[in-house]
This record gives sequence, C-alpha cells and structure tokens, in this order.
Amino acid sequence: MKNNQSLGFDAVKKKGWLLSNRFLILRRTVQLMILTLFLLGPLAGIWIIQGNLSSSLLLGVVPFTDPFILLQSMASGHLPLFQAFLGALIVVLFYGLVGGRVFCSWICPVNLLTDAAAWCRRKLKLRKEKVISRQWRYWILAMVMILPLFTGVMSWELVNPVSAFNRGLFFGMGLGWVLFLMIFLFDLLAVENGWCGHLCPMGAFYSLINRTSLIKVSAVKREQCTDCSDCFDVCPEPEILKGPVYGKKHEIGPLVKDLTCTNCGRCVDVCAENVFEITTVLSGKNNLAKGGEIK
Amino acid sequence: MSKRPQRKVTRRQFLVNTSKGACGVGFMGMGLAGYSNQSQSANPQMLRPPGALTEADFQSACIRCGLCVEACPYDMLKLGRLFQPIATGTPYFLARTDPCEMCEDIPCKAACPTGALDPELNNIDDARMGLAVLIDQENCLNFQGLRCDVCYRVCPLIDEAITLEMHRNIRTGHHAVFIPTVHSDLCTGCGKCEEACVLEEAAIKVLPRTIAKGELGHHYRWGWKEKEKAGESLIDPVLDLPDRVPEVLK
Repeated sequence: MKNNQSLGFDAVKKKGWLLSNRFLILRRTVQLMILTLFLLGPLAGIWIIQGNLSSSLLLGVVPFTDPFILLQSMASGHLPLFQAFLGALIVVLFYGLVGGRVFCSWICPVNLLTDAAAWCRRKLKLRKEKVISRQWRYWILAMVMILPLFTGVMSWELVNPVSAFNRGLFFGMGLGWVLFLMIFLFDLLAVENGWCGHLCPMGAFYSLINRTSLIKVSAVKREQCTDCSDCFDVCPEPEILKGPVYGKKHEIGPLVKDLTCTNCGRCVDVCAENVFEITTVLSGKNNLAKGGEIK
Repeated sequence: MSKRPQRKVTRRQFLVNTSKGACGVGFMGMGLAGYSNQSQSANPQMLRPPGALTEADFQSACIRCGLCVEACPYDMLKLGRLFQPIATGTPYFLARTDPCEMCEDIPCKAACPTGALDPELNNIDDARMGLAVLIDQENCLNFQGLRCDVCYRVCPLIDEAITLEMHRNIRTGHHAVFIPTVHSDLCTGCGKCEEACVLEEAAIKVLPRTIAKGELGHHYRWGWKEKEKAGESLIDPVLDLPDRVPEVLK
C-alpha cells in the first residue's frame, strides 16, 4: 500500500500546487458558477437562466431539458411539447460530445456533497472496502424507467435526491436537508463514493451517453508510472483506470474508455509523473505506437 | 470492464447477480410504487396552477423545473418539497395565503416546457384550478343573516361565479339572508374568496374539482329540462281512471 504522505503530495512537490489542482479548481469554479447563475434570478432578479437542472431557459431563448427526467415523463405516458424535446436534444448532443458523466463531476451539485464526503474519508483514513456492486445503479436505472409504466407517474422523481438537491437550492429545501445529510453520511461511513459511484441512476443514465464522447482521459505516458496509486485513490471510479494504466501487456490501449469515467480530471491533477492527459479520441496519442489499439 | 477478457462471468455468477439485482430493485420498486400512489391523493388544499392537466396526467407531464414558479409575477406558486404532502417538486399554491391573481397573459402556462400546463388555455377565465365551496354554513356570517359579502365582493367574476341568493331568514322570521352561491360553470378556483374570508378559518374553501363536484348518474334525466327540450312532456299525462266509490255513498 501507500506511504503516509497525503494524496497528491508528490504531484504538488513536482508540479506545484496550482498544476496539481487545476482541474479541481476549474471544476469547482464551473459548479459554483452554475449555481450562481441559477440563483441570480430568484435572489437578485438577474435572469440569465431560469428554471433548474431538470429544465431551464437560457436568456429566455435556449431551452435545456434533462433527458433522464423527460424519458421518465414519456414512460409515464405524457408526450411533451417540442420545447422540451429540443432542450433534451441540445443536452444529449452536448454530453455526447464532451462525455456523459461530465454532468456528474462538473454540473451536478450533489457532487460537491459526495466529494466532500470522499475528502473526509481520505482525511480520516477510513479503509477502502468493496461493500456493494457498482452495477446497482444500472438496476436502479432499469427500475426507474420501468416503474412509470405501471404507476403512471414519475415515481423516481418523488425521491430523486439529485433533482431535489438543485431544486431545493433554488426553490427551498424544506426537510430535504435530511436526505442530503443521509447521502453524505452514507458516502462517508458506509460506502466510498457510495451514491455517485454505486447507486445513482442518473449517473448511470448519463454514462450511457458517454459512448459517443470525443473527450476522454488517456494514460498517455503510462511507462512513466511509479505505482504510487494516487490516481486510484482519488478516482471516484478507480476500477476503470486499471486497464489503461497497467494494461500494456494485455494490449489494452491507454484511453479510459469505460463509460463510467466522469472526465473530472483528478487523475491528471494528482499524478506527479504526468501520466494522464485529457485527450480527444481522435488524437494520435492513443494509437498502437503507445501500446494499444483503438476499437 | 469489457477490457478484461480473462475474467469471464460464469453462467452461475450471471444468474446470481441477476437475481440479486432484480430482487433488490424489486423491493425498492414496491416501496416507490406505494409512495407514487399516495402522492396522487395529496393535500387537497394545494392547488395546481391554471391550465394544469388532471392530477395523474399532470404528475406524468410536469418535470419539476420551476419555470412556472419563476414566471409568476406575484410569487404565489411554490414547488413541493421533499416529504410535503404533494408530489415532490411539482408546483402548487395555497388559496388562503397566496391566491392566483389570474393574469390575462397566463405567464406560468406560457413558461411550461412540457405542456403540463395546457398550452390551449388562452383565456384565464377558462382556467379550472379548483372550485370554491362554501363548506362551513354554520360559521359563515351571511348564513346567519349578516351582510359580510366579502367573498362575493372580491370575486374577479362577481355576480357570475359567485352570486348572492336571497332566502328567508328562518331564525328571525322576518328578515332575509343573502347566501353566497358559487356557480361551478364559471368559478376558476383562483382562491380570492378563500383568502378574503374574514373568519379565523375560512368558511369558503377552494377544493379540487374532483372533490367538490358531484356527478349525476348517466341514465338520469331532469324531467323539467327534458320537457323544455322536447317542447312537451315526454311521458303521457296522468291517466284519468274512473272513480270507484262504494255503492252506499253513491
């Protein structure tokens, strides 16, 4: 296992604090900016964007609609208006290009909560253990989409913490805080990355959109890896790094192709040896010459 | 995970994993289905914005974005919060505190991206958010013979949706009572009357129309209306049978 140095220690020493945290800083900036934009309307009367992450209207013109909730709506028997379809199309195209789970790590406000829990977990040195399967989220996703066929309403949206969290921030939380405290504690005490990495069907849904993504992380310089395992410790989906980092002898390419990658860029940050890069799938850096083929 | 061909899932593993997953979400789904059922019989005093589809349709159409809430110039719409007695995230208003102001351009409806608020609604007077019911006749001041009349006076459709009907005051025997009477074909359910009711707890309340309205048996006909329609009685006049009187009285 690892020495006692804190995660990213080597990276900070070698690259400096800013370079070892750039994607984290960028990500937090984007997350907070989006929250601010949504809050400016109700709090200050500056309406740049209206609504919430389920559906919104940018500058009164451009519609965005969450395809996950729109699909639930259709499964429960409603044919939405054109505006909602257009909004969903824009969202799917966007995430289809930059990576489906970019939503999870760059937009979704629950990420702030679960990242905080993961951070506490590392600081408290709570043991990593595999408690439940990461496949649960796909089962839950199936349930979320099938249930409306029988109940005729969007059953998951009655309890969906992800939409409830951002809606609560803009429209009032009420007793919702209890649910979010539960998620925090679950991530902190029960399962590492429990909510986002194991259960959340919304993340599972967006991971499916990941298939067409052009932007992916790549372990471009994996020969330089010193086995410090910092990337595995910081990655919310550590299993997906094994192939790209260590898979050279199995002819596995350096591209992180697994659908559950959130493109958060933390592996790029914490690696002292600059093994990782955020690349486009078309980039020549991912080809066979570096030890793997692109399928 | 498809990148590790050396670790193939055996048939046994596959069956075990599948049944685990199916049972797990099966349990969860049962709970959620029960909760979904309950969410459809929410607090009847939480009223939907103008143009809302029927409750079940509304719940499947509304994506809980809050655009209607932000479009409301009077800030009377709220979104249901977790654990409130209404489908989470769906918009509602409370007539007693924040009734609908019945904007002519219906901005909440215009903002709805999915059609949960019916885009066909163009005249706010056609909205049917609920139906005002003078539910507590024992405490209504007008019913006691006083001239409160407040619900009647604040009604945006005064003398149409609410009229004052004069009846005999049986208590005094020689006065009148003026009964505020709601007409369901015109009441929009905006809630102005409930807000204005001077009592501690309103005697007139806006309820969902499904609760407030009765429905006639489909075979039932009002004789006098049918008579008017046909121009004459639909049944034969009363038969004049021969009188049979005991012999002794003849």
